[in-house]
Amino acid sequence: MVAAERHTAAGNPVASPEPGAIRVENVDVTFNEGRVVALRDVSVEIPQGAFVTILGPSGCGKSTLMRAIADLVPAARGHIDVQGQSPRNARADRNFSYVFQDATLLPWRTAIENVRLPLEVGGGGDTPADPHDLLELVGLKGRENALPHELSGGMRQRVAIARALVTRPKILLMDEPFGALDEITRDKLNEEVLRIWRETGTTILFVTHSIPEAAFLGQYVLMLAAHPGRVKEFMKVELPPERRLADRDTLEFVQITAHLRKLLEEC
Amino acid sequence: MAEASQIPMPVPAPRMSRIVDAVLDRGPALAAVAGLLLLWQGVVWFFEVPEYMAPSPVAVLGAFQDNAGTLWLNFWPTFFEAALGFVAGNLVAILLAIWFVHNSTAERAFFPIAVFINTIPIIALAPVLVLIFGNGFAPKIIIAGLICFFPTLVNMVRGLKAVSPATLDLMRVLSASNWEIFWKVRLQSSLPFLFAALKIASTTCVIGAIVAEWIGSNYGLGALIIEATFNFRSPLLYATVFTAALLAVVMFALVSFAESRFIRWKTSDVH
Repeated sequence: MVAAERHTAAGNPVASPEPGAIRVENVDVTFNEGRVVALRDVSVEIPQGAFVTILGPSGCGKSTLMRAIADLVPAARGHIDVQGQSPRNARADRNFSYVFQDATLLPWRTAIENVRLPLEVGGGGDTPADPHDLLELVGLKGRENALPHELSGGMRQRVAIARALVTRPKILLMDEPFGALDEITRDKLNEEVLRIWRETGTTILFVTHSIPEAAFLGQYVLMLAAHPGRVKEFMKVELPPERRLADRDTLEFVQITAHLRKLLEEC
Repeated sequence: MAEASQIPMPVPAPRMSRIVDAVLDRGPALAAVAGLLLLWQGVVWFFEVPEYMAPSPVAVLGAFQDNAGTLWLNFWPTFFEAALGFVAGNLVAILLAIWFVHNSTAERAFFPIAVFINTIPIIALAPVLVLIFGNGFAPKIIIAGLICFFPTLVNMVRGLKAVSPATLDLMRVLSASNWEIFWKVRLQSSLPFLFAALKIASTTCVIGAIVAEWIGSNYGLGALIIEATFNFRSPLLYATVFTAALLAVVMFALVSFAESRFIRWKTSDVH
């Protein structure tokens, strides 16, 4: 409901319309001195507070787009704007966090110490969240002092999500965060990510190669085509923001995934 | 206490039976050692091997008893040299590894020299150092240090570089400085590599100290080995060799203990 309200607010004709959380304009990303074109002329605007899933065949540059937004790879051409700043300044200001496919926890640190890591490096954060509250939010209350090797793959990824939220970022970039998990764990975490999104109001950009995951999580789906990576479609998912796993068996949901599958075949 | 014992919970085994378990666990090893000693004693008796050629275990035991004072007196200098060499050699190796990891020009410039020094047989280097530094402790400590140096350097460089690209991406997203990456990530993830090297060094530093004592010294286990050999005091020679081995075992055990204190984690990020 929170998200819906925010959107009516964004649509109101106030003095200046609220700018998107992320604006990507005509961006090219190339590797090997321009010989490999990973992304060509990508333009997209991610609305403030939206949950956008990025879907596309392998090699379409889903991760590259995320990495360009996070200032992990430079754009060869075009312009990227994150919360009104360059990606580098947005990173320094802790405007976004990144969740990788690997949990990338430091194995010698306990769960709570891993969550605190962002506060100890790079100047920390201005208004950090309470690490204990965050572990509770991701369902790991009581496991604060567990070392990563004592946690399951799903639990480690939950710690990584808590770590990403500790700086209260405006944007959460999630790069196939559940790609290495089994389906049951993945389903459970999908529901929890939706809940976290509703509770924190964070803009989420979520890369996946699973059609149901993209449709279930996303308010919008950004479909990329491959060779070279380019925008195929940016579509709104016409489902209520409040979603349950069982909703995936409804006719509306199946129609959406069928449409996405058809689009994917055309890529 | 009586109440506690009524709760049906797995209780840790009493201390005594744990000791028994430990003995049983090491039973095969203990039996093998005892068997070999018996065999050795039997061979010496049966073939009437002269004592100067190969003393029996009983004779060696007697030498331990007769020369306890001498062994003890010569144990300390060797321990001192080995331990100081261990600390100095490893410290230099660790600092150099840190420099190499942060400065690839330095690595390319000095790593070949480190390899070259490593190829010089330590026994050939010992006289050179004795000529330069005289008969004191210095050349022994340097040789003990040199023998530790190379394995630690190589392992430490590998350990400091053994950080996954994803972790480096994470640190970059967090705007971590090189110093923070070093302090929070590289140093910790190098520890398993470092301790693997330190375990090697813990025994080789004793070898270094003894070899150095052979060249020019009138104290230490190395000097005692030379003296006992030239005087055909074979039981004392064997007793000295066992003492040196014991020293190496103690050093190894100390490093292993430190490792168990420092590293309580396992790498878990590989799915």
